[in-house]
Amino acid sequence: MLAAVLLVGLPIVVVTGLLSYIAYGPQFGQAFPGDVAWFRLPSFDWPTRPSWLYRLSQGLHVGLGLALVPVVLAKLWSVVPKFFAWPPVRSPAQALERLSLVALVGGLLFEIVTGTMNIQYDYAWGFDFYTAHYWGAWVFIAGFVVHVAIKLPTMVRSLRGGSLRRYLAQSAAETEPEPPDSHGLVAVAPSPPTTSRRTLLGAVAGGSALLGITALATTVDALRPLAVLSPRGQSYGDGPNDFQVNRTAFGAGIPPDIGDTWTLRLTGGAAPVTLTRGQLLALPGHTATLPIACVEGWSTTQTWTGVRLRDLAALAGVPVPATALVQSAERAGPFARVTLTRGQVLDPDALLALRVNGADLSLDHGFPARVIVPALPGVHNTKWVAAVDFRVA
Amino acid sequence: MRRALAAWERFYGADPLHLLALVGCFALVAAVVRQVADDPSWWWMLVWFVGAIVAHDLVSYPLYALADRSLVLGRWAWRRRTGATAPRVGVVDHLRLPAMGSLLLLVVFWPSISRAGEPVLLFAAGRTTEDYLDRWLWVTAGLFLLSAVVYAVRLGRAAGTGRP
Repeated sequence: MLAAVLLVGLPIVVVTGLLSYIAYGPQFGQAFPGDVAWFRLPSFDWPTRPSWLYRLSQGLHVGLGLALVPVVLAKLWSVVPKFFAWPPVRSPAQALERLSLVALVGGLLFEIVTGTMNIQYDYAWGFDFYTAHYWGAWVFIAGFVVHVAIKLPTMVRSLRGGSLRRYLAQSAAETEPEPPDSHGLVAVAPSPPTTSRRTLLGAVAGGSALLGITALATTVDALRPLAVLSPRGQSYGDGPNDFQVNRTAFGAGIPPDIGDTWTLRLTGGAAPVTLTRGQLLALPGHTATLPIACVEGWSTTQTWTGVRLRDLAALAGVPVPATALVQSAERAGPFARVTLTRGQVLDPDALLALRVNGADLSLDHGFPARVIVPALPGVHNTKWVAAVDFRVA
Repeated sequence: MRRALAAWERFYGADPLHLLALVGCFALVAAVVRQVADDPSWWWMLVWFVGAIVAHDLVSYPLYALADRSLVLGRWAWRRRTGATAPRVGVVDHLRLPAMGSLLLLVVFWPSISRAGEPVLLFAAGRTTEDYLDRWLWVTAGLFLLSAVVYAVRLGRAAGTGRP
Protein backbone atom coordinates (compact mmCIF):
# COMPACT_ATOMS: atom_id res chain seq x y z
CA MET A 1 0.00 0.00 0.00
CA LEU A 2 2.70 2.46 1.06
CA ALA A 3 4.89 0.92 -1.63
CA ALA A 4 2.30 1.75 -4.29
CA VAL A 5 2.23 5.40 -3.19
CA LEU A 6 6.02 5.57 -3.32
CA LEU A 7 6.13 3.75 -6.66
CA VAL A 8 4.08 6.57 -8.18
CA GLY A 9 5.39 9.48 -6.10
CA LEU A 10 9.14 8.96 -6.03
CA PRO A 11 9.57 8.78 -9.84
CA ILE A 12 7.73 12.11 -10.08
CA VAL A 13 10.17 13.62 -7.58
CA VAL A 14 13.15 12.14 -9.47
CA VAL A 15 11.97 13.25 -12.92
CA THR A 16 11.09 16.79 -11.83
CA GLY A 17 14.49 17.01 -10.15
CA LEU A 18 16.29 15.96 -13.32
CA LEU A 19 14.10 18.36 -15.33
CA SER A 20 15.25 21.14 -13.07
CA TYR A 21 18.84 20.25 -13.96
CA ILE A 22 17.93 20.58 -17.65
CA ALA A 23 16.06 23.84 -17.01
CA TYR A 24 19.28 25.34 -15.65
CA GLY A 25 20.83 24.92 -19.11
CA PRO A 26 23.58 22.28 -18.95
CA GLN A 27 24.40 23.10 -22.61
CA PHE A 28 25.72 26.45 -21.36
CA GLY A 29 27.59 24.92 -18.44
CA GLN A 30 25.18 26.52 -15.96
CA ALA A 31 23.68 23.35 -14.44
CA PHE A 32 25.46 21.97 -11.39
CA PRO A 33 27.45 19.76 -11.20
CA GLY A 34 28.90 20.84 -14.54
CA ASP A 35 30.92 17.81 -15.56
CA VAL A 36 28.80 14.69 -15.24
CA ALA A 37 30.50 12.46 -17.86
CA TRP A 38 28.21 9.51 -18.70
CA PHE A 39 25.45 10.93 -16.57
CA ARG A 40 24.78 13.74 -19.05
CA LEU A 41 21.03 14.18 -19.44
CA PRO A 42 19.40 14.68 -22.82
CA SER A 43 19.57 18.43 -23.16
CA PHE A 44 17.02 20.58 -24.93
CA ASP A 45 16.10 24.24 -24.93
CA TRP A 46 13.91 24.72 -21.87
CA PRO A 47 10.51 26.01 -23.11
CA THR A 48 8.95 29.31 -22.04
CA ARG A 49 5.39 28.00 -22.24
CA PRO A 50 3.38 27.35 -20.21
CA SER A 51 4.80 30.15 -18.07
CA TRP A 52 4.03 28.11 -14.92
CA LEU A 53 6.02 25.11 -16.16
CA TYR A 54 8.96 25.49 -13.78
CA ARG A 55 6.65 26.59 -11.00
CA LEU A 56 4.77 23.30 -11.37
CA SER A 57 7.75 21.01 -11.92
CA GLN A 58 9.87 22.41 -9.13
CA GLY A 59 6.88 22.89 -6.82
CA LEU A 60 6.17 19.19 -7.32
CA HIS A 61 9.79 18.25 -6.72
CA VAL A 62 9.96 20.01 -3.37
CA GLY A 63 6.32 19.77 -2.28
CA LEU A 64 5.75 16.15 -3.20
CA GLY A 65 9.22 15.29 -1.89
CA LEU A 66 8.27 16.72 1.50
CA ALA A 67 4.82 15.13 1.50
CA LEU A 68 6.37 11.71 0.86
CA VAL A 69 8.67 11.92 3.90
CA PRO A 70 6.05 10.39 6.27
CA VAL A 71 5.31 7.68 3.69
CA VAL A 72 9.01 6.83 3.45
CA LEU A 73 9.35 6.76 7.24
CA ALA A 74 6.30 4.53 7.63
CA LYS A 75 7.49 2.20 4.88
CA LEU A 76 10.92 1.91 6.50
CA TRP A 77 9.32 1.42 9.91
CA SER A 78 7.38 -1.52 8.51
CA VAL A 79 10.43 -3.22 6.99
CA VAL A 80 13.30 -2.30 9.32
CA PRO A 81 12.73 -5.32 11.60
CA LYS A 82 14.00 -7.37 8.63
CA PHE A 83 17.24 -5.48 8.96
CA PHE A 84 17.82 -7.11 12.33
CA ALA A 85 16.69 -10.59 11.21
CA TRP A 86 18.85 -13.57 12.06
CA PRO A 87 20.65 -15.18 10.29
CA PRO A 88 21.33 -12.00 8.28
CA VAL A 89 22.00 -13.87 5.03
CA ARG A 90 20.47 -17.07 3.72
CA SER A 91 21.69 -17.09 0.11
CA PRO A 92 24.00 -15.13 -2.22
CA ALA A 93 20.91 -13.67 -3.87
CA GLN A 94 19.68 -12.31 -0.57
CA ALA A 95 23.12 -10.98 0.35
CA LEU A 96 23.36 -8.98 -2.90
CA GLU A 97 19.79 -7.79 -2.55
CA ARG A 98 20.51 -6.50 0.93
CA LEU A 99 23.59 -4.73 -0.35
CA SER A 100 21.47 -2.99 -3.01
CA LEU A 101 19.24 -1.69 -0.21
CA VAL A 102 22.15 0.48 0.89
CA ALA A 103 21.79 2.35 -2.42
CA LEU A 104 18.00 2.47 -2.13
CA VAL A 105 17.59 3.50 1.50
CA GLY A 106 20.85 5.44 1.80
CA GLY A 107 20.20 7.33 -1.43
CA LEU A 108 16.65 8.16 -0.39
CA LEU A 109 17.56 9.34 3.12
CA PHE A 110 20.53 11.31 1.75
CA GLU A 111 18.29 13.12 -0.77
CA ILE A 112 15.66 13.87 1.90
CA VAL A 113 18.23 15.23 4.36
CA THR A 114 20.15 17.37 1.86
CA GLY A 115 16.95 18.62 0.21
CA THR A 116 15.17 19.65 3.41
CA MET A 117 18.31 21.35 4.72
CA ASN A 118 18.86 23.21 1.45
CA ILE A 119 15.37 24.73 1.38
CA GLN A 120 16.13 26.09 4.86
CA TYR A 121 19.51 27.67 4.08
CA ASP A 122 21.34 25.12 6.24
CA TYR A 123 24.57 24.19 4.44
CA ALA A 124 26.35 22.43 7.30
CA TRP A 125 27.54 19.47 5.20
CA GLY A 126 31.04 20.34 4.03
CA PHE A 127 30.10 19.66 0.38
CA ASP A 128 28.31 21.45 -2.45
CA PHE A 129 24.54 20.90 -2.37
CA TYR A 130 23.93 20.64 -6.11
CA THR A 131 26.78 18.15 -6.62
CA ALA A 132 25.77 15.92 -3.73
CA HIS A 133 22.03 16.05 -4.49
CA TYR A 134 22.67 15.12 -8.14
CA TRP A 135 24.90 12.14 -7.38
CA GLY A 136 22.75 11.04 -4.47
CA ALA A 137 19.82 10.95 -6.89
CA TRP A 138 21.67 8.55 -9.19
CA VAL A 139 22.57 6.24 -6.31
CA PHE A 140 18.91 6.24 -5.31
CA ILE A 141 17.80 5.60 -8.90
CA ALA A 142 20.12 2.57 -9.08
CA GLY A 143 18.68 1.13 -5.89
CA PHE A 144 15.08 2.06 -6.73
CA VAL A 145 14.96 0.54 -10.22
CA VAL A 146 16.35 -2.79 -9.11
CA HIS A 147 14.13 -2.86 -6.02
CA VAL A 148 11.03 -2.24 -8.13
CA ALA A 149 12.13 -4.90 -10.62
CA ILE A 150 12.53 -7.47 -7.85
CA LYS A 151 9.63 -6.53 -5.59
CA LEU A 152 6.90 -5.41 -7.97
CA PRO A 153 5.31 -8.91 -8.06
CA THR A 154 5.18 -8.92 -4.25
CA MET A 155 3.40 -5.57 -4.15
CA VAL A 156 0.90 -6.55 -6.84
CA ARG A 157 0.18 -9.82 -5.03
CA SER A 158 -0.35 -8.09 -1.74
CA LEU A 159 -2.66 -5.43 -3.22
CA ARG A 160 -4.54 -8.02 -5.28
CA GLY A 161 -4.93 -10.30 -2.28
CA GLY A 162 -8.29 -8.66 -1.73
CA SER A 163 -7.74 -8.36 1.99
CA LEU A 164 -6.88 -4.64 1.86
CA ARG A 165 -10.49 -3.54 2.21
CA ARG A 166 -11.13 -6.00 5.01
CA TYR A 167 -7.97 -4.91 6.82
CA LEU A 168 -8.98 -1.28 6.55
CA ALA A 169 -12.40 -1.98 8.03
CA GLN A 170 -10.92 -3.46 11.20
CA SER A 171 -10.69 -1.51 14.43
CA ALA A 172 -7.65 -1.86 16.69
CA ALA A 173 -9.26 -4.65 18.69
CA GLU A 174 -10.28 -6.54 15.56
CA THR A 175 -6.94 -6.18 13.78
CA GLU A 176 -5.63 -9.54 12.66
CA PRO A 177 -2.06 -10.23 11.54
CA GLU A 178 -1.30 -10.91 7.90
CA PRO A 179 -0.78 -14.56 6.94
CA PRO A 180 2.92 -15.49 6.68
CA ASP A 181 4.48 -14.78 3.27
CA SER A 182 7.32 -16.43 1.40
CA HIS A 183 9.67 -13.46 1.93
CA GLY A 184 9.44 -13.43 5.70
CA LEU A 185 8.37 -9.78 5.58
CA VAL A 186 5.31 -10.42 7.69
CA ALA A 187 6.06 -10.44 11.41
CA VAL A 188 6.28 -14.02 12.71
CA ALA A 189 4.78 -13.36 16.12
CA PRO A 190 3.41 -9.82 16.19
CA SER A 191 2.50 -8.24 19.52
CA PRO A 192 -1.15 -7.32 20.03
CA PRO A 193 -1.80 -4.18 17.97
CA THR A 194 -2.08 -0.86 19.77
CA THR A 195 -3.82 0.74 16.84
CA SER A 196 -5.62 -0.23 13.63
CA ARG A 197 -4.18 -0.28 10.13
CA ARG A 198 -6.55 2.44 9.03
CA THR A 199 -5.38 4.70 11.85
CA LEU A 200 -1.78 4.05 10.81
CA LEU A 201 -2.53 4.94 7.18
CA GLY A 202 -4.55 7.93 8.39
CA ALA A 203 -1.58 9.08 10.45
CA VAL A 204 0.71 8.83 7.44
CA ALA A 205 -1.78 10.70 5.27
CA GLY A 206 -2.12 13.34 7.98
CA GLY A 207 1.65 13.77 8.19
CA SER A 208 1.83 14.08 4.41
CA ALA A 209 -0.95 16.65 4.44
CA LEU A 210 0.83 18.62 7.16
CA LEU A 211 4.06 18.82 5.17
CA GLY A 212 2.27 19.18 1.83
CA ILE A 213 0.39 22.21 3.14
CA THR A 214 3.58 23.90 4.35
CA ALA A 215 5.04 23.40 0.87
CA LEU A 216 1.90 24.48 -0.98
CA ALA A 217 1.72 27.56 1.23
CA THR A 218 5.00 28.81 -0.23
CA THR A 219 3.48 28.92 -3.73
CA VAL A 220 -0.21 29.76 -3.33
CA ASP A 221 -0.94 33.30 -2.13
CA ALA A 222 -4.16 32.39 -0.32
CA LEU A 223 -2.36 29.76 1.76
CA ARG A 224 0.78 31.78 2.48
CA PRO A 225 -0.10 32.44 6.16
CA LEU A 226 0.07 28.65 6.70
CA ALA A 227 3.77 28.49 5.79
CA VAL A 228 4.60 29.08 9.43
CA LEU A 229 7.66 26.84 9.59
CA SER A 230 9.11 27.38 6.13
CA PRO A 231 11.67 30.19 5.94
CA ARG A 232 10.83 30.57 2.23
CA GLY A 233 7.25 31.42 3.02
CA GLN A 234 7.68 34.45 5.24
CA SER A 235 5.36 37.43 4.92
CA TYR A 236 6.84 40.61 3.51
CA GLY A 237 3.74 42.80 3.87
CA ASP A 238 1.36 43.76 1.08
CA GLY A 239 3.00 46.59 -0.87
CA PRO A 240 3.83 46.30 -4.59
CA ASN A 241 7.36 45.05 -3.79
CA ASP A 242 6.40 42.92 -0.81
CA PHE A 243 7.07 39.41 -1.99
CA GLN A 244 9.76 36.80 -1.43
CA VAL A 245 13.40 37.91 -1.73
CA ASN A 246 15.96 35.12 -1.94
CA ARG A 247 19.01 37.31 -2.18
CA THR A 248 19.10 40.89 -0.98
CA ALA A 249 21.13 43.69 -2.55
CA PHE A 250 23.17 43.69 0.64
CA GLY A 251 23.87 39.98 0.33
CA ALA A 252 24.86 40.42 -3.32
CA GLY A 253 27.12 43.39 -2.56
CA ILE A 254 25.05 45.89 -4.56
CA PRO A 255 25.51 49.49 -3.31
CA PRO A 256 22.24 51.27 -2.36
CA ASP A 257 23.06 54.14 -4.73
CA ILE A 258 23.50 51.91 -7.80
CA GLY A 259 20.73 53.84 -9.58
CA ASP A 260 22.68 57.13 -9.59
CA THR A 261 25.22 56.10 -12.20
CA TRP A 262 23.59 52.99 -13.67
CA THR A 263 23.40 52.39 -17.40
CA LEU A 264 22.55 49.30 -19.43
CA ARG A 265 25.08 48.17 -22.00
CA LEU A 266 23.89 46.15 -25.00
CA THR A 267 26.53 44.44 -27.14
CA GLY A 268 26.66 41.97 -30.01
CA GLY A 269 25.80 44.34 -32.85
CA ALA A 270 28.03 46.60 -34.93
CA ALA A 271 28.53 49.00 -32.01
CA PRO A 272 27.65 48.79 -28.31
CA VAL A 273 24.48 50.61 -27.23
CA THR A 274 24.24 52.27 -23.82
CA LEU A 275 20.89 53.20 -22.29
CA THR A 276 19.96 55.06 -19.12
CA ARG A 277 16.95 54.00 -17.07
CA GLY A 278 15.07 57.05 -18.35
CA GLN A 279 15.73 56.02 -21.94
CA LEU A 280 14.56 52.49 -21.19
CA LEU A 281 11.32 53.80 -19.66
CA ALA A 282 10.75 55.88 -22.81
CA LEU A 283 10.93 52.80 -25.05
CA PRO A 284 7.72 50.95 -25.98
CA GLY A 285 6.90 48.97 -22.85
CA HIS A 286 5.14 45.73 -22.12
CA THR A 287 3.38 44.38 -19.04
CA ALA A 288 3.11 40.68 -18.22
CA THR A 289 1.85 38.73 -15.24
CA LEU A 290 4.42 36.01 -14.68
CA PRO A 291 5.44 33.67 -11.89
CA ILE A 292 8.91 33.61 -10.47
CA ALA A 293 9.63 30.10 -9.21
CA CYS A 294 12.68 29.09 -7.25
CA VAL A 295 14.59 25.82 -7.15
CA GLU A 296 13.72 25.66 -3.43
CA GLY A 297 10.08 25.18 -4.33
CA TRP A 298 8.51 28.54 -3.50
CA SER A 299 6.96 30.72 -6.18
CA THR A 300 4.97 33.91 -6.54
CA THR A 301 3.10 35.52 -9.42
CA GLN A 302 3.50 39.27 -9.97
CA THR A 303 2.78 41.82 -12.69
CA TRP A 304 5.95 43.04 -14.31
CA THR A 305 6.48 46.03 -16.62
CA GLY A 306 9.53 46.72 -18.73
CA VAL A 307 11.06 46.40 -22.17
CA ARG A 308 10.82 43.18 -24.17
CA LEU A 309 14.16 41.41 -24.46
CA ARG A 310 13.56 40.97 -28.21
CA ASP A 311 13.14 44.75 -28.58
CA LEU A 312 16.49 45.22 -26.84
CA ALA A 313 18.03 42.61 -29.16
CA ALA A 314 16.75 44.53 -32.18
CA LEU A 315 18.05 47.75 -30.66
CA ALA A 316 21.48 46.15 -30.25
CA GLY A 317 21.40 45.17 -33.92
CA VAL A 318 20.90 41.42 -33.40
CA PRO A 319 17.15 40.90 -33.94
CA VAL A 320 17.37 37.08 -33.88
CA PRO A 321 20.21 36.14 -31.53
CA ALA A 322 21.19 32.52 -30.89
CA THR A 323 21.79 33.23 -27.21
CA ALA A 324 22.04 36.19 -24.86
CA LEU A 325 24.51 36.54 -22.00
CA VAL A 326 23.02 38.60 -19.20
CA GLN A 327 25.53 40.09 -16.75
CA SER A 328 24.54 41.41 -13.33
CA ALA A 329 26.18 44.31 -11.53
CA GLU A 330 26.80 41.66 -8.89
CA ARG A 331 30.39 40.56 -9.44
CA ALA A 332 30.84 37.40 -7.42
CA GLY A 333 28.40 34.54 -7.05
CA PRO A 334 27.59 31.65 -9.39
CA PHE A 335 24.42 33.36 -10.63
CA ALA A 336 25.87 36.78 -11.46
CA ARG A 337 25.48 35.94 -15.15
CA VAL A 338 23.23 33.70 -17.19
CA THR A 339 22.91 32.55 -20.79
CA LEU A 340 19.40 32.63 -22.24
CA THR A 341 18.33 30.61 -25.28
CA ARG A 342 16.87 32.14 -28.45
CA GLY A 343 13.39 31.07 -27.42
CA GLN A 344 13.78 32.73 -24.03
CA VAL A 345 14.94 36.02 -25.59
CA LEU A 346 12.25 36.09 -28.29
CA ASP A 347 9.25 35.15 -26.11
CA PRO A 348 6.79 38.09 -26.26
CA ASP A 349 6.56 38.18 -22.45
CA ALA A 350 10.31 37.95 -21.79
CA LEU A 351 11.19 41.24 -20.18
CA LEU A 352 13.88 43.42 -18.84
CA ALA A 353 11.58 44.50 -16.02
CA LEU A 354 11.83 48.02 -14.59
CA ARG A 355 8.65 48.07 -12.54
CA VAL A 356 6.51 45.58 -10.64
CA ASN A 357 2.82 45.92 -9.72
CA GLY A 358 2.86 49.56 -10.88
CA ALA A 359 5.85 50.64 -8.76
CA ASP A 360 9.57 50.85 -9.45
CA LEU A 361 11.42 47.67 -8.57
CA SER A 362 12.82 47.80 -5.06
CA LEU A 363 16.57 47.47 -4.65
CA ASP A 364 16.16 43.94 -3.28
CA HIS A 365 14.07 42.94 -6.31
CA GLY A 366 16.76 44.07 -8.73
CA PHE A 367 16.44 47.86 -9.21
CA PRO A 368 17.32 49.42 -11.65
CA ALA A 369 16.37 46.48 -13.93
CA ARG A 370 15.99 42.71 -13.82
CA VAL A 371 15.24 39.89 -16.19
CA ILE A 372 11.92 38.08 -16.02
CA VAL A 373 11.34 35.24 -18.50
CA PRO A 374 8.39 32.82 -18.48
CA ALA A 375 9.19 29.38 -16.98
CA LEU A 376 12.81 30.29 -16.29
CA PRO A 377 14.25 28.99 -13.00
CA GLY A 378 13.99 31.86 -10.52
CA VAL A 379 17.68 32.36 -9.94
CA HIS A 380 18.25 32.92 -13.68
CA ASN A 381 15.94 35.94 -13.67
CA THR A 382 19.05 38.03 -13.08
CA LYS A 383 18.73 41.10 -10.87
CA TRP A 384 20.64 44.41 -11.14
CA VAL A 385 21.30 43.76 -14.84
CA ALA A 386 24.34 45.70 -16.08
CA ALA A 387 24.85 44.34 -19.59
CA VAL A 388 23.35 42.00 -22.18
CA ASP A 389 25.45 40.48 -24.94
CA PHE A 390 23.34 39.18 -27.84
CA ARG A 391 25.21 36.45 -29.67
CA VAL A 392 24.62 35.20 -33.18
CA ALA A 393 26.16 31.78 -32.59
CA MET B 1 19.51 -26.58 -19.46
CA ARG B 2 16.69 -26.89 -17.00
CA ARG B 3 18.91 -28.83 -14.62
CA ALA B 4 21.64 -26.25 -14.87
CA LEU B 5 19.09 -23.55 -14.06
CA ALA B 6 17.82 -25.49 -11.07
CA ALA B 7 21.36 -26.02 -9.81
CA TRP B 8 22.05 -22.30 -10.22
CA GLU B 9 18.93 -21.40 -8.27
CA ARG B 10 19.87 -23.81 -5.51
CA PHE B 11 23.29 -22.23 -5.25
CA TYR B 12 22.33 -18.58 -5.77
CA GLY B 13 18.82 -18.47 -4.37
CA ALA B 14 17.06 -16.74 -7.28
CA ASP B 15 16.91 -16.83 -11.07
CA PRO B 16 19.74 -15.37 -13.20
CA LEU B 17 17.74 -12.24 -14.10
CA HIS B 18 17.83 -11.33 -10.42
CA LEU B 19 21.62 -11.33 -10.52
CA LEU B 20 21.65 -9.38 -13.80
CA ALA B 21 19.45 -6.63 -12.33
CA LEU B 22 21.62 -6.37 -9.23
CA VAL B 23 24.86 -6.25 -11.22
CA GLY B 24 23.34 -3.38 -13.23
CA CYS B 25 22.52 -1.59 -9.99
CA PHE B 26 26.04 -2.00 -8.61
CA ALA B 27 27.60 -0.92 -11.91
CA LEU B 28 25.59 2.31 -11.83
CA VAL B 29 26.56 2.97 -8.23
CA ALA B 30 30.20 2.26 -9.04
CA ALA B 31 30.03 4.77 -11.92
CA VAL B 32 28.65 7.39 -9.53
CA VAL B 33 31.37 6.63 -6.99
CA ARG B 34 33.99 7.10 -9.72
CA GLN B 35 32.57 10.56 -10.48
CA VAL B 36 32.29 11.57 -6.85
CA ALA B 37 35.83 10.37 -6.08
CA ASP B 38 37.16 13.35 -8.05
CA ASP B 39 35.34 15.76 -5.76
CA PRO B 40 37.58 17.00 -2.95
CA SER B 41 34.65 16.77 -0.51
CA TRP B 42 33.77 13.14 -1.34
CA TRP B 43 34.64 12.22 2.23
CA TRP B 44 31.87 14.41 3.64
CA MET B 45 29.36 13.03 1.15
CA LEU B 46 30.20 9.52 2.35
CA VAL B 47 29.90 10.59 5.99
CA TRP B 48 26.44 12.07 5.41
CA PHE B 49 25.33 9.11 3.30
CA VAL B 50 26.33 6.54 5.90
CA GLY B 51 25.26 8.88 8.70
CA ALA B 52 21.73 9.10 7.29
CA ILE B 53 21.40 5.31 7.31
CA VAL B 54 22.88 4.94 10.79
CA ALA B 55 20.75 7.76 12.19
CA HIS B 56 17.60 6.18 10.81
CA ASP B 57 18.17 2.45 11.30
CA LEU B 58 20.22 2.45 14.47
CA VAL B 59 18.95 5.55 16.27
CA SER B 60 15.44 6.57 15.12
CA TYR B 61 14.05 3.09 14.69
CA PRO B 62 15.10 1.79 18.14
CA LEU B 63 13.59 4.98 19.57
CA TYR B 64 10.25 4.29 17.84
CA ALA B 65 10.35 0.73 19.12
CA LEU B 66 11.22 1.89 22.62
CA ALA B 67 8.36 4.41 22.63
CA ASP B 68 5.93 1.76 21.39
CA ARG B 69 7.09 -0.90 23.88
CA SER B 70 6.99 1.43 26.86
CA LEU B 71 3.50 2.49 25.83
CA VAL B 72 2.29 -1.11 25.77
CA LEU B 73 4.07 -1.92 29.02
CA GLY B 74 2.82 1.22 30.73
CA ARG B 75 -0.76 0.51 29.69
CA TRP B 76 -0.51 -3.06 30.92
CA ALA B 77 0.89 -1.91 34.27
CA TRP B 78 -1.77 0.78 34.61
CA ARG B 79 -4.62 -1.63 33.92
CA ARG B 80 -3.18 -4.20 36.30
CA ARG B 81 -2.80 -1.70 39.10
CA THR B 82 -6.15 0.04 38.73
CA GLY B 83 -8.13 -2.89 37.41
CA ALA B 84 -9.28 -0.74 34.48
CA THR B 85 -10.45 -2.41 31.29
CA ALA B 86 -10.11 -1.18 27.72
CA PRO B 87 -12.04 2.10 27.42
CA ARG B 88 -14.84 2.46 24.93
CA VAL B 89 -12.90 5.17 23.10
CA GLY B 90 -9.16 4.57 23.11
CA VAL B 91 -7.15 7.56 24.26
CA VAL B 92 -3.72 6.38 23.19
CA ASP B 93 -3.96 7.44 19.55
CA HIS B 94 -5.30 10.84 20.57
CA LEU B 95 -2.03 11.46 22.37
CA ARG B 96 0.27 9.56 20.05
CA LEU B 97 -0.87 11.00 16.71
CA PRO B 98 -0.50 14.72 17.55
CA ALA B 99 2.84 13.90 19.17
CA MET B 100 3.95 12.18 15.97
CA GLY B 101 2.79 15.11 13.85
CA SER B 102 4.63 17.51 16.09
CA LEU B 103 7.83 15.44 16.03
CA LEU B 104 7.62 15.13 12.25
CA LEU B 105 7.52 18.91 11.89
CA LEU B 106 10.34 19.27 14.42
CA VAL B 107 12.60 16.91 12.49
CA VAL B 108 11.82 18.27 9.00
CA PHE B 109 12.07 21.92 10.03
CA TRP B 110 14.91 21.40 12.50
CA PRO B 111 17.29 23.67 10.50
CA SER B 112 14.83 26.55 10.95
CA ILE B 113 13.60 25.77 14.45
CA SER B 114 17.15 25.26 15.77
CA ARG B 115 18.16 28.41 13.83
CA ALA B 116 20.99 26.49 12.12
CA GLY B 117 20.13 28.09 8.78
CA GLU B 118 19.71 31.57 10.20
CA PRO B 119 23.18 33.06 9.49
CA VAL B 120 22.88 32.36 5.77
CA LEU B 121 19.20 33.36 5.72
CA LEU B 122 20.07 36.66 7.39
CA PHE B 123 22.95 37.40 5.05
CA ALA B 124 21.27 36.32 1.82
CA ALA B 125 17.66 37.24 2.40
CA GLY B 126 17.72 39.55 5.42
CA ARG B 127 15.35 37.38 7.43
CA THR B 128 15.55 35.54 10.74
CA THR B 129 13.96 32.42 12.20
CA GLU B 130 14.14 33.61 15.80
CA ASP B 131 10.48 32.88 16.58
CA TYR B 132 10.33 29.50 14.79
CA LEU B 133 10.57 27.56 18.05
CA ASP B 134 7.51 29.46 19.29
CA ARG B 135 5.75 28.78 16.01
CA TRP B 136 6.44 25.09 16.33
CA LEU B 137 5.11 25.09 19.89
CA TRP B 138 1.93 26.82 18.70
CA VAL B 139 1.45 24.28 15.91
CA THR B 140 2.03 21.49 18.45
CA ALA B 141 -0.56 22.99 20.76
CA GLY B 142 -2.96 23.24 17.82
CA LEU B 143 -2.48 19.58 16.91
CA PHE B 144 -3.15 18.42 20.48
CA LEU B 145 -6.18 20.70 20.70
CA LEU B 146 -7.57 19.30 17.46
CA SER B 147 -6.99 15.78 18.73
CA ALA B 148 -8.73 16.61 22.03
CA VAL B 149 -11.75 17.99 20.19
CA VAL B 150 -12.02 14.85 18.06
CA TYR B 151 -11.68 12.75 21.22
CA ALA B 152 -14.46 14.68 22.93
CA VAL B 153 -16.72 14.24 19.90
CA ARG B 154 -16.02 10.50 19.81
CA LEU B 155 -16.69 10.22 23.55
CA GLY B 156 -19.97 12.06 23.15
CA ARG B 157 -21.03 9.85 20.28
CA ALA B 158 -20.08 6.72 22.18
CA ALA B 159 -22.14 7.87 25.16
CA GLY B 160 -25.07 8.71 22.87
CA THR B 161 -25.21 5.38 21.07
CA GLY B 162 -24.02 3.24 23.91
CA ARG B 163 -21.31 1.68 21.74
CA PRO B 164 -17.98 2.97 20.45
